[in-house]
Amino acid sequence: MRYLPLTDADRRDMLAAIGAASIDELFADVPKAARRDGLVDLPKAMGELEVERRLSAMAAKNVAAGSVPFFVGGGAYRHHVPAAVDHLIQRGEFLTSYTPYQPEVSQGTLQYLFEFQTQVALLTGMEVANASLYDGATACAEAVAMANRVTRRNKAVLSGGLHPHYRSVCETYARFAGNQLDAQDPAPGGGEDLAGRIDSDTACVVVQNPDFYGEIRDFTALARICHDKGALLVVVVTEVLSLGAITPPGEMGADIVAAEGQSIGNALNFGGPYVGLFATRDKFVRQMPGRLAGQTVDAEGRRGWVLTLSTREQHIRREKATSNICTNSGLCALAFTIHLSLLAEEGLTRLARLNHAAAVAAADRLAAVPGVKLVNRSFFNEFAVRLPRPAAPVVEKLAERGVLAGIPVSRFYPERTDLADLLLVAATETVTEDDIERFAAALTEVLR
Amino acid sequence: MATLRFTKDHEWVRQEGDTATVGITDYAQEQMGDVVYVELPEVGRRVEQGKEAAVVESAKAASEVYAPVSGEIVAVNDVLGGDPAQVNADAMGGGWFMKIRLADPKQLDGLMDQAAYDAFVAEQH
Repeated sequence: MRYLPLTDADRRDMLAAIGAASIDELFADVPKAARRDGLVDLPKAMGELEVERRLSAMAAKNVAAGSVPFFVGGGAYRHHVPAAVDHLIQRGEFLTSYTPYQPEVSQGTLQYLFEFQTQVALLTGMEVANASLYDGATACAEAVAMANRVTRRNKAVLSGGLHPHYRSVCETYARFAGNQLDAQDPAPGGGEDLAGRIDSDTACVVVQNPDFYGEIRDFTALARICHDKGALLVVVVTEVLSLGAITPPGEMGADIVAAEGQSIGNALNFGGPYVGLFATRDKFVRQMPGRLAGQTVDAEGRRGWVLTLSTREQHIRREKATSNICTNSGLCALAFTIHLSLLAEEGLTRLARLNHAAAVAAADRLAAVPGVKLVNRSFFNEFAVRLPRPAAPVVEKLAERGVLAGIPVSRFYPERTDLADLLLVAATETVTEDDIERFAAALTEVLR
Repeated sequence: MATLRFTKDHEWVRQEGDTATVGITDYAQEQMGDVVYVELPEVGRRVEQGKEAAVVESAKAASEVYAPVSGEIVAVNDVLGGDPAQVNADAMGGGWFMKIRLADPKQLDGLMDQAAYDAFVAEQH
C-alpha cells in the first residue's frame, strides 16, 4: 500500500464503489450547523523563508514560560529536564515504537515499562502500578470506575480539593457510564466533612494531595473510615515531585493512587501529552485498567518480560474489559523513567527540597506585599494567596509587566465570587531569587 | 438421586436436594486451555438463570460463566483461588465453581441431560 495523496480519479472510483455521489454525502449525519461550507481562508502558497518570517513574528507574541519569571502551576509544572532525557528518548527504538501488541518481541520496551512501574509503585508507596495512562485526569476517572468494579457500588465522593479539571473528566465518564458523583464545593483551606458523605452506595472517596490549593493533607484517618464502611480511598497527586518530600499515599492507606507524572522528565508541552500514573493494592490488580509489564524467565531460564494479566484488557475481554484504554503514554513514561533513574532517590529528595525552598521564599516575599495574605498552613511548591481585589485582572497586569504570576482561581470557578481574590502560585527549582523579587515588586506596584 | 444437567454455554449443574453444584464442562476447560484465574461470586449473592455468575480466565481468553439456574450462592470453591488449574485437572469434580440454593428446581428440566449435551458438543465440530 502506498501512502500517497489521492487523485480526483481515485476519489471518483471509491465513491462509485460505495455508491456515494460526493464526499460531502459521507458527512450527511453531521448536523449542518457543525459543518463548514467551503475552505478555510488561508493565504496562497508562500516561500519557505517567508513562512519562517511570518511564523516567527507570530511566535514572538507569546510570553513563553522560560522567558519570564514564571509561577504557573495548577497541575502542570515547569521543571528542569536534563538534556540526557531528550537525547535518550529520541533514539529510534524508543521514539517510533507504539504500545506493544505483539509484546514479547519488544523486550526493550517491556523492560523500561517494568522499571517505570517499579518506580511508580515505590514513589506512591503502593504494591503494583500499570504501564501508565494518558494523564492524571483520566487516571482519576479510571480510578473511580475501578472502585465501582471492586466494591460493586456506584457512587464516588469527590473532595472539593480535587483539581476541577479532574472533576470534570470524572463527570464526562460518569455521564456515559451512569455512575454517581457527589462532588463537594471547592474548599481552600480544607474543613470539608468527607467521612460524613460516605454511605452504603459509596464506592470511593477521591481526595488530592497536596490539594488543588497546595495544602498538604493527611488522609490516614479518612482511609480507615473508608475501609470500615467498605469504600476505597483514591488519592490523586497532580505534582508527583511532592512525593520526594511528603508521605506517599500508600502509607496513608490509599487503595488507588492516580497521579500526573509530567513533572518528572516531561516539559509543559502546551498541556500535553502527559503521563498518567496509576497504582493500587495487589489484591485489586485484576480490576486495574491499562497495560501491565511483568518479569518472567524464558525456556532457557533467562530473565525476560511479558505483558501480563492481559485478559483484563479490551483486545481479549471486549466489552467486559476493565477499561477501553489499552495503550499507554509510552514515550512520556520513558522520559519519566530516565529522569527518575538519573535523579535516584537522593536526587529526587534534593530536587523536592529545592522546590519547597523556592516556594517558601516566594510565599514569604509575597505575604510581605501590602494586602496579600497566604491562605495555606502548609504547602509543597504551590500555595494560594488572597489578594485585596479580584486576582484575574491583577494577573493580566502582571503579564503586561513580564511576570506570569500564577492562576486566578476564578478561571475554574467564575461563579464563586468568594474565590475571586484567590491566586494559585507555584514556585519550582526553575524560579530564581530575582524572579521572586520581580514578581513581588510588580505585584506591589499593581496593587498600589 | 443427583441429577446432572448441562447448558449450551458449557456449564454443568448437579442437583443435590435443594442445592445444585455448578462448574464448567470438560469440553469447556479443554477449549480454554490452561486456566489461570477464576473470579467467583460472593456467598449470599442472588443469581439469575442465564446471567453472569463467575469469570474464568485462561492465558489468552476470559469467559463468563452463567448461572444455569436461579438462586442464592451458598458456597464457592475457594480452592480455585490458589489452584485454578483444578478446573483443567478435574472440571466435573474438584474444579467445581459454586453451589446455588435452587429458587425453582423446575428450571433443571429445561437443561440438557448427558446424552443431549454429548450430541450438542458433537455438533460443534
